[in-house]
Amino acid sequence: MIQLNTSPAAQQKAADYVKAHAAISNEQILARLQELFGADTFSDVEEPYGMLTATVSRDKIHEIIDVLHGEEQLQLNFLTTMCGMHWPDKVGQELGMVYQLHSLVNNIRLRLKIFFPIQDPVVPTLTDVYATANWMEREAYDFYGVIFTGHPNLIRILNVEDMDYHPLRKEYPLEDGTREDKTDLFFGR
Amino acid sequence: MATNDALEATRPIHHEAAQQQRGVMVQKTEDFGQDLTTLNLGPTHPATHGIFQNILQMDGEKIISGVPTIGYIHRAFEKIAERRPFYQITPLTDRMNYCSSPINNMGWHMTVEKLLGIEVPKRAQYMRVIMMELARIADHLICNGILGVDTGAFSGFLYLFEEREKIYEIYEEVCGSRLTTNMGRVGGMERDFSDVAIQKLRKWMKEFPAVMKEFQNLFDRNRIFMDRTIDVGPISAERALNYGFTGPNLRAAGVDYDVRVMNPYSSYEDFEFEIPVGTNGDTYDRYLIRNEEIWQSYRIIEQALAKLPDGPYHADAPHYYLPPKTEVYRNMEALIYHFKIIMGEIDAPVGEVYHSVEGGNGELGFYLVSDGGRTPYRLHFRRPCYIYYQAYPEMVVGSTLSDAIITLSSMNVIAGELDA
Repeated sequence: MIQLNTSPAAQQKAADYVKAHAAISNEQILARLQELFGADTFSDVEEPYGMLTATVSRDKIHEIIDVLHGEEQLQLNFLTTMCGMHWPDKVGQELGMVYQLHSLVNNIRLRLKIFFPIQDPVVPTLTDVYATANWMEREAYDFYGVIFTGHPNLIRILNVEDMDYHPLRKEYPLEDGTREDKTDLFFGR
Repeated sequence: MATNDALEATRPIHHEAAQQQRGVMVQKTEDFGQDLTTLNLGPTHPATHGIFQNILQMDGEKIISGVPTIGYIHRAFEKIAERRPFYQITPLTDRMNYCSSPINNMGWHMTVEKLLGIEVPKRAQYMRVIMMELARIADHLICNGILGVDTGAFSGFLYLFEEREKIYEIYEEVCGSRLTTNMGRVGGMERDFSDVAIQKLRKWMKEFPAVMKEFQNLFDRNRIFMDRTIDVGPISAERALNYGFTGPNLRAAGVDYDVRVMNPYSSYEDFEFEIPVGTNGDTYDRYLIRNEEIWQSYRIIEQALAKLPDGPYHADAPHYYLPPKTEVYRNMEALIYHFKIIMGEIDAPVGEVYHSVEGGNGELGFYLVSDGGRTPYRLHFRRPCYIYYQAYPEMVVGSTLSDAIITLSSMNVIAGELDA
C-alpha cells in the first residue's frame, strides 16, 4: 500500500482559497462564537481544508444554530446541509450529526458536529428554525435512526415504511458476505 | 430503552402524518362546506416528469393540502459509495441529476482533487467549464421546454429538444456517451477534445442563438403563457432561504447567490458573466431566469473556446490518473500504476472535505470524510432538488391543480437527484 502524504499541501491550498474569498477570517469567527456561547462550548476546533469545524454538545446545538440564525455580525443564516454519521469504535459517541452553516453575505462557512451514544440517539430538532431541516432530519432518522424531539413528522423518507433497521449504520455490510459467486480467488473482495 | 420512549413521544404526530401519507383525510369536511377529494398526483403520471407522488386534498379545483412521497427510485448511493474506490463513484453521480451529468461528474472530481491537493492544468479547467456550461444549457432547455408542454404548447419543446440532441452529440464526441456521461477523471479530462468535437461545438454555437431566440419569441411575451405562469407558485426570498433553495429557483426569488461567483472553481473567475435575478419567485420568473442563464452560459462557452489554452489536459498525478493504454503495454511503471488504480489499492489521505458546484438546480455539494482508506468513510451528497422540493406543498396550497403541475415542472425536480 502506498500511503501518500499529500494532505498538508492540499490543506494549505484549500485554506488559502477560503482566506481569499471569505469576508471574515476563521479566527474572528471563532472569537465571535466563543464570545456568544462561552469559550468551553466548542471543543476539537479544527480547520480541515479551510472550513472551521467544531464539536459541541447536543444540548447546545439548537441554541447555537437558533442564535446564529438571527445574529447580525456573522450572518450564518443558511443551513447548507446536515447529515448523520456512525463511528462504531468511539464508545459512547457512536452516532453523530454534522451541520453546515453558510453566510451568503460574508461567504463564511461553519461546520458543527455533535456526538452521542447509539443507545440514546435523541437530538433536538431544528425544524422550528429552518424549514429545510424537516427532510434532512427525516433522512438522518431513516438512515441512522437519530430521533429528533419535536420534529413534526418523523417518519422514513427514502426507504420503505416497514423497514426495521437503519441501513447506513456501519454494522450493515453492503453485500452479503457469504456470497460465493462474486468472490475473486486472487484479489478477494 | 430510551430510544423507544423518545420515539413513542413523537408517535401521535407520526401517526397522523402517516395517515396523511396514505391519503386519509385529515381535515374535517365540515370546515369546507363540501366533501374534499383526495387525489393521487403521480407517482407515474406523465405530468410529474419523474416518479414522485403527491397526495392532494382538493376542495373542488382548489388544493387544500399536499403530502409528497418520495424515494421511488432511491438507490442508496451514499451506502454504495462507502465500498467503492474514488474513481468508481463517478458513475453514481451521473445518475443523480441525469439532465446535467457532466456537472455532477466534475463536481465529484474536484472534491477528490481538493482532498488530494491535485492542481489541474488550465486547459483541463477550461474544457471542464465548456462541458459544464453545455450541461447547464441542456438542463435548462429541458426544464423550459417541458414547462411549455405543461402549459399546452408543444412546439417550443420540439425546437429545444433538437438542440439538446446536438449537445448530446457533442458529449458523445468528448466522452463517448450521452446521458450518463462518466466524463473526465480525477486529475483532468480522460482525453483531449477531438477535432470533430470542436467542429460540432462551433457549429452548434453558430446555430443555437437563432433557435433560442425563436423559442423566446414564442413564449416570453405570449399572452396565454404569461397568464398561465405569472403569480403561479410564488415563494418569497425569505421563505426560499429558509427552505434552503439554491440555484435558479432562489435567484428567481431575488437572491443573487451563485456558487460560480461566490466560490469560483475551475477558473470561473476568468470569465465574464452576469447572474440574472428575478423579483417574484413565481413560475414566470423561474422561466425567465433559466432563459437568461442559458445566454450567460453561452457567453461563458464563447469566452472559454476563444481563450482555450494549450497544454496538457490532465494533471501529472500518476497515482490517481490512469496512464494511456499504449504506455501500459510498454512501460513498467505505467503498468504498475494502471494495476494499482484499477484494483483500488491506493489510499487517500485522511481528512474531511466539503466542495460544492453550481449544478443545474443549485448548489450541488459533496461532503467527503476519508479515514485514509481506498474508499470514502462517509460520503454525503447535498442534492439541491431534495432540499427545495419540500417547499412544494407550501407553494401550491391555495392554487388550482393545473397550477400545481406547472409549478412542479418549473422547479425542475429531477427524480434521480431527489432520491439519490
